Amino acid sequence: MISEPFATGESIIHRLDPRIRIVFACAYCFVVAFSKRFPVLLAAVAISSALMSISGLSLKAVGKRLVLVNGLVLFLWAVVPLTYGGEPFFQIGRLSVSRAGVLLSAQMTLKSNAILLAFIALIATMTSATLGYALKKLAVPQKIIHLLLMNYRYVFVIEQEYQRLIRAAKIRGFRPKTDLHTYRTYAYVIGMLLVRAASRAQRVHQAMLCRGFNGRFFSLQKFTTGSNSWIFSLVMTIIIIGLTILEWSV
Amino acid sequence: MALKTDEPLIHLKGITFSYPGAEPVLDGLDLQFRRGEKLGLVAPNGSGKTTLLHIIMGLLKPDSGQIEIFGKPVREENDFLEVRHRIGLLFQDSDDQLFSPTVLEDVAFGPLNLGKSKQEAIDIARKTLAYLGLDGFESRITFKLSGGEKRLVSLATVLAMEPEVLLLDEPLNGLDAKTREAITQILALLDLSYIIISHDIDFLATTTNAIYTMQAGRILLDNKLYAHEHVHVHPHGTYPHKHE
Repeated sequence: MISEPFATGESIIHRLDPRIRIVFACAYCFVVAFSKRFPVLLAAVAISSALMSISGLSLKAVGKRLVLVNGLVLFLWAVVPLTYGGEPFFQIGRLSVSRAGVLLSAQMTLKSNAILLAFIALIATMTSATLGYALKKLAVPQKIIHLLLMNYRYVFVIEQEYQRLIRAAKIRGFRPKTDLHTYRTYAYVIGMLLVRAASRAQRVHQAMLCRGFNGRFFSLQKFTTGSNSWIFSLVMTIIIIGLTILEWSV
Repeated sequence: MALKTDEPLIHLKGITFSYPGAEPVLDGLDLQFRRGEKLGLVAPNGSGKTTLLHIIMGLLKPDSGQIEIFGKPVREENDFLEVRHRIGLLFQDSDDQLFSPTVLEDVAFGPLNLGKSKQEAIDIARKTLAYLGLDGFESRITFKLSGGEKRLVSLATVLAMEPEVLLLDEPLNGLDAKTREAITQILALLDLSYIIISHDIDFLATTTNAIYTMQAGRILLDNKLYAHEHVHVHPHGTYPHKHE
């Protein structure tokens, strides 16, 4: 079951206007993603960590997510320094570790962690529904928002149907092995899931038509921009400009 | 729209419908449903009950036959727009009906589509939820509701459109004794005309005043069902059901 453990909370960040959080999270992440200098990246990690601690999320839960991403980063460390080429940093036997490769890997590590922390602190602290409606207010195309909200709503139903199919296979003694029977069974399960999802979609659409759906969605959520949100905007603007100057001046 | 009292609200004439590659499920079906009628429909699975409701709502198009609703012939998608405002359909599976993130938004969806302002829609939604004993459910997440709560909220989404006729497709399906009782009570208090599909004769006997069945794609008045005698054991002593 997919859950949103970070979405409920009472921190200052949770209470900020979601639209402002989205706008500044995106702007901030752009700057970080394009930065190359280490002072900038280290500052970014520090700022993201600060946001994280203000959001009051459980460090353990956040840590779990970081481990997931850093697993991928570790993989980069294993590959990039050895294959990047250029001036060697040092040699291990016949393998030469490239200096540029190490620097690039370090940059990516800092960037991905800074961006992830900022997104967890600013975006994961709202529900998907709020995210959808805030994006709508920010003039993101309706279709994208429908996709987001409908996926969010029905991913659970489809997961349940998947579990049901798998259970049906299991109670009749199905155990996955490396053989054609297993592949065929999985193919049937996936095929069946697609068919069921399609007919589910049709029934949902019918139910919506019965209630007068004419292609428009309405949002009842009201967003208010309090003084905290404006202070946050000001601080984030200063941070973003500061990082930009630090990166691109001189 | 002026409607003569004796004129049927829903008038189906010679409706035939078949799903691709199958025998017709509805074959020359006739139905006259009048204001104030509370009609039960009990028939084996696959006999076309759900299909019938979907044809009334214009979700399926019959192969032949005529549909008149509120005294007007309806054929095209546009004709059915008004039908859907005035007739509410409760789906068999509540997950089909509830698609909004929160309960309040789902219940307000219909009224908003009918052109109500946001505030009006919210007021109607709150009133409907309160009427069904669902106060405090407004910001609950729809997919996290229990099966019984989902069914009641689905009913709220339909009632919020203030329909004149309700079509209920197995409203008790998969519900516990408490929610079944709640739905039975709600229907008993509603001053609406409705058609209920159900396999539960006791339920239909308390909520409807005529029970029909379907055979060979047609609707028959089934007098036998009135004489239905209730002889069975009760293995679930903690959840007795009512005999009336």
